[in-house]
Amino acid sequence: MSLASQLVNLLAALLLLIAFAMLSQRRILTLIHLFAWQGAALAAATFIVAYSTGQDHLYFSAVLTVVLKVILIPWVLHRLIDLLNIRWDVETLINIPTTMLLGIGLAIFAFALAAPISQMADTLTRSTLGIALASVLLSFLMMIVRRKAVPQVIGFLAMENGLFLAATSATYGMPLVVELGVALDVLVGTFIFGIFFFHIREQFDSLDIRHMEKLKED
Amino acid sequence: MDNAPGFAFQILQSVFVVLAAPLVMGWVNQCRARLQNRSAPSLWLPYYTLAKLFHKDAVIARDASPLFRITPYILFGCMWLAAGIVPVLATGLPFAPAADVIALVGVFALARVFAALAAMDIGTSFGGLGARREMLIGFLAEPAMLMTMFTAAFISGSTQLTTIVDTLAHREFAIYPSLAFAGLAFLMVLLAENARIPIDNPATHLELTMIHEAMILEYSARHLALIEWAVAIKLFAYMTIGFALFVPWGIAEAGDWAALPLAFAALAFKLAVAGAGLALIETVLAKMRLLLAPEFLSTAFLLAVLGMLIHFLVSG
Amino acid sequence: MTLPLGLPDLPFHLRIDGLAGFFLLLLGSVSAGITLYAAGFFREETAARLTLITLQYHVFLASMAMVLLADDAYLFMVAWETMALSSYFLVTTDHRLPAIRSAGFLYLLIAHLGAIAILLCFGVMHGGHGDYTFSALRTAELTPVWASVAFLLAFFGFGAKAGMIPLHAWLPEAHPAAPSPVSALMSGIMIKTAIYGMVRVIYDLIGGVRWEWGILVLVIGAGTTLFGVLYALMQHDLKRLLAYHSVENIGIILLGLGMSMVFIGFGQTAAGALGLIAALYHTLNHAVFKALLFLGAGSILHDSGLRNLNDMGGLIRRMPNTAFYFLIGALAISALPPLNGFVSEWLTFQTALQAPLIDHGVVRSILPLFAATLALAGALTAMCFVKVYGIAFLGQTRNAPAEAGARAAHDCGAAERFGMAWLAAGCFFLGLFPAAFLLMLNRVCEALLGSGLPETALVSNWLWLVPTAPAQASYSAVIFLLVILAVTLVTFFLVRRFYHGRVRLAAPWDCGFPAQTSRMQDTADAFGQPIRHVFGPLYRMRRILPGPDDARPRYELEIEDRHWYWIYLPVARLAGWISAKVALLQQGRISIYLLYSFVTLIALLIFVR
Repeated sequence: MSLASQLVNLLAALLLLIAFAMLSQRRILTLIHLFAWQGAALAAATFIVAYSTGQDHLYFSAVLTVVLKVILIPWVLHRLIDLLNIRWDVETLINIPTTMLLGIGLAIFAFALAAPISQMADTLTRSTLGIALASVLLSFLMMIVRRKAVPQVIGFLAMENGLFLAATSATYGMPLVVELGVALDVLVGTFIFGIFFFHIREQFDSLDIRHMEKLKED
Repeated sequence: MDNAPGFAFQILQSVFVVLAAPLVMGWVNQCRARLQNRSAPSLWLPYYTLAKLFHKDAVIARDASPLFRITPYILFGCMWLAAGIVPVLATGLPFAPAADVIALVGVFALARVFAALAAMDIGTSFGGLGARREMLIGFLAEPAMLMTMFTAAFISGSTQLTTIVDTLAHREFAIYPSLAFAGLAFLMVLLAENARIPIDNPATHLELTMIHEAMILEYSARHLALIEWAVAIKLFAYMTIGFALFVPWGIAEAGDWAALPLAFAALAFKLAVAGAGLALIETVLAKMRLLLAPEFLSTAFLLAVLGMLIHFLVSG
Repeated sequence: MTLPLGLPDLPFHLRIDGLAGFFLLLLGSVSAGITLYAAGFFREETAARLTLITLQYHVFLASMAMVLLADDAYLFMVAWETMALSSYFLVTTDHRLPAIRSAGFLYLLIAHLGAIAILLCFGVMHGGHGDYTFSALRTAELTPVWASVAFLLAFFGFGAKAGMIPLHAWLPEAHPAAPSPVSALMSGIMIKTAIYGMVRVIYDLIGGVRWEWGILVLVIGAGTTLFGVLYALMQHDLKRLLAYHSVENIGIILLGLGMSMVFIGFGQTAAGALGLIAALYHTLNHAVFKALLFLGAGSILHDSGLRNLNDMGGLIRRMPNTAFYFLIGALAISALPPLNGFVSEWLTFQTALQAPLIDHGVVRSILPLFAATLALAGALTAMCFVKVYGIAFLGQTRNAPAEAGARAAHDCGAAERFGMAWLAAGCFFLGLFPAAFLLMLNRVCEALLGSGLPETALVSNWLWLVPTAPAQASYSAVIFLLVILAVTLVTFFLVRRFYHGRVRLAAPWDCGFPAQTSRMQDTADAFGQPIRHVFGPLYRMRRILPGPDDARPRYELEIEDRHWYWIYLPVARLAGWISAKVALLQQGRISIYLLYSFVTLIALLIFVR
């Protein structure tokens, strides 16, 4: 395997590692930092793919990723948690070793699923498809088991990271228009989430999502 | 005997490891002191401590059984064996095929079981506490270590440390993501098994926070000296296992006297960096609550398993 | 060989081949040690009971030998049932106690359920033609569907006798209820005949092993292993704890068998042979060290009257011989080198490391996960036996009832000592010289599978154990032991020579708190507390915790097996419901019964015209 594809594999593995780390983290500040690192790894991988295959639009995607996911969104989230004054998450719905075990199970499932597809693709980065799928599933799991709202949002954003990696590995990135649209959606979504958080906090005096169960009609 | 150079290397390596282990301990303590802005103790302090301990009279509890008195020697013997097997200076040693990585984990398990039994021998609450906590750490650290070894074994196709080192050192430079995961898991297991922060504080004097120290609370004089020495050899062995698995360059072949100075130099460099790194980790992290230690170790276990899975995905 | 016993037209056939020979070796060597021990153990029984016990004991041994020698289904089933019945009588030796009677009943019930499954399996394999000899069953052609049905029946039928989940519930009840030599026989040998049955039926008679079967065996094996060891950690009754460990070790044997089946299913017979060898070697090892442990427990029970770990402590001073042999057994079961438990676990790990040979991507990646469960179980076993040995033999004597207790303990007699010494020597021998057994088992595999280990593995000799190729893996227990012993002795003498060997005796360190009592040591339940914390949801626990206002604070812990609530009680309720419905038939009036006979007669006359 060429150096470029080995580096991409390494960065993809790093992405998966960060997804696992996010699954087991309790401090929200560390979650944001991990998310920033994940964005950085993703951007680096995109740069390398762009360099070794000569697809210029990937350079642009990489820059967009850096600007958005490494700088802008973490900064927004930082301001959010400062204003909302939250630092820690309470215990997750199921305890952490069990979550990690579920995560491993999902990773195996994702790898098994991606194996035949990897063999069909002929890009530089086809073995990272399984890793990308696993990151998506893990971020989804993180969204499910968390009790506070901010980690759920970070899970959502991490999921988008995984999808981006999947797109890069299978088909050398999505068409630029689609990418710009997705990026804009993510940015807008973050702002809207921020506004929602304030409303939730005003209503319930806490960001624990179990309080929202009171909204259902009994 | 036609393998005389090999045996010479074997004896040289075993003696060297046993003699050099307290020096590594001294280096780690010195780095830690400097990082904590204290004046550093002498590099040779562990040797002075050992000599002092050997001179003392052994004070043994009245009801101690023969198991208590024999355990320090068994621990020392186990660590000696481990030092002879790990390719510290050279691969292809005559005793190296006697044990592969799984047997190496088994030797450490044997040492741990005997230490725990000796701790329970006295019949005070501290012994039971130390034994219980040590086995709690051990029961998760041992599988994590095994899974790390398995990842390296899958990559190199063998469980012999000699073969692993040869394969990884002589292959063209390649980045194995699975080894990255396994390396992180190995680091966590090293911290746990050698009773370093964040699992255990080697410098604590509060009995209720002890894990490893509580097991050896009753020992004194030459028994304590042998146990402390065995602990230093264990740390040395773990570090060199880490080097063999993850940074195997510079290790000589048995019988190749010309490569020996390079092997010594490479080893010294790696140990210096590793010791400083260990001191840095201990200074930056805080000791975690005992009941969070299983989480720490199960993370290590799952990372190792994940590394193994990634190996199959990426290479298959 | 054909014996003209049995029914006319269904004579008994006997045959010894490699597999039967290996299990006969197991039976003979382990029962030799146990019988020596039993000679001393049962010495104080009355003459009447002794005659009965001896009769049942020897019928049990003979029936187990017959099971191994049987070459046709009929003799096999007869011997199997005799084995179950004779062991039932042995288990209920102290039948005056209701707890023992109910344990025996449960045992007999599940043994019979297993026997029915095995019988059905033989029926499926027979397919309606030919006779029931094994050679006929071997050559009978089965479609894949029927082969899988036969496999499932055999697996669960023999598994009920072996003690795998979910059919294990009899094991923790029956083994403690029986007298100790009988427990040793049952745990050491009887459940191994079930493994013999599995290997014989699945590998030999059904043939054509499929890898999906291997996955099922692996999953159940992994579950059995973890379940056994986790529940064993929670016990404070010594014999019940050992019984749960038997469950765990059966799981380990199943892991080896499962891996072997997976490899054979994918055509890798060399790795499959290695897996089978690992499983069979663990069978032998477990027989030896589990028998040793049960005999040691029997000595404790017999000579000090103590059964509950929470009452024991410091027995090493009163019973040094028992303590020594028990230590060897404990080290062996914890899979520590250089004893025998380590060798079979090592071989199982080596089998799992052959996983890259498999073509199927998912199977290839999950095989090492089962090795991970084995590693976890091994580490947990070590923890459990540190607890057992430390609490029973080491430390100070805990509070015990005045009439029993460690103060009254005495060491075991000569016969018992010889029996345990024989088994302990076996542990060492099997651990230090495994290559001889490897080559022996290789011949068994060649007979069963058609090929054995690769050529490069045959360099194994008395010093080196090489399962696949020397560059890949090798192990030498002799060097291990020699180096550790040499270093220990040399260090001892060097320290004495250069320094001194002076010793002063004093009280143990009490941290400045002078009122230390023996009650301040860990109890068995306390030692298991970290495991309860980590694995809490897996147990069904009921705890009574002391409150701050209690005049007499107490702590109570009760752990039950979840399988009772998932499977056994619902099945029992269903059986009760069905029998209640069927009982409606029993009206008690004679006219109704005559009506039944009349209706049956009319029906027969209509349909059998």
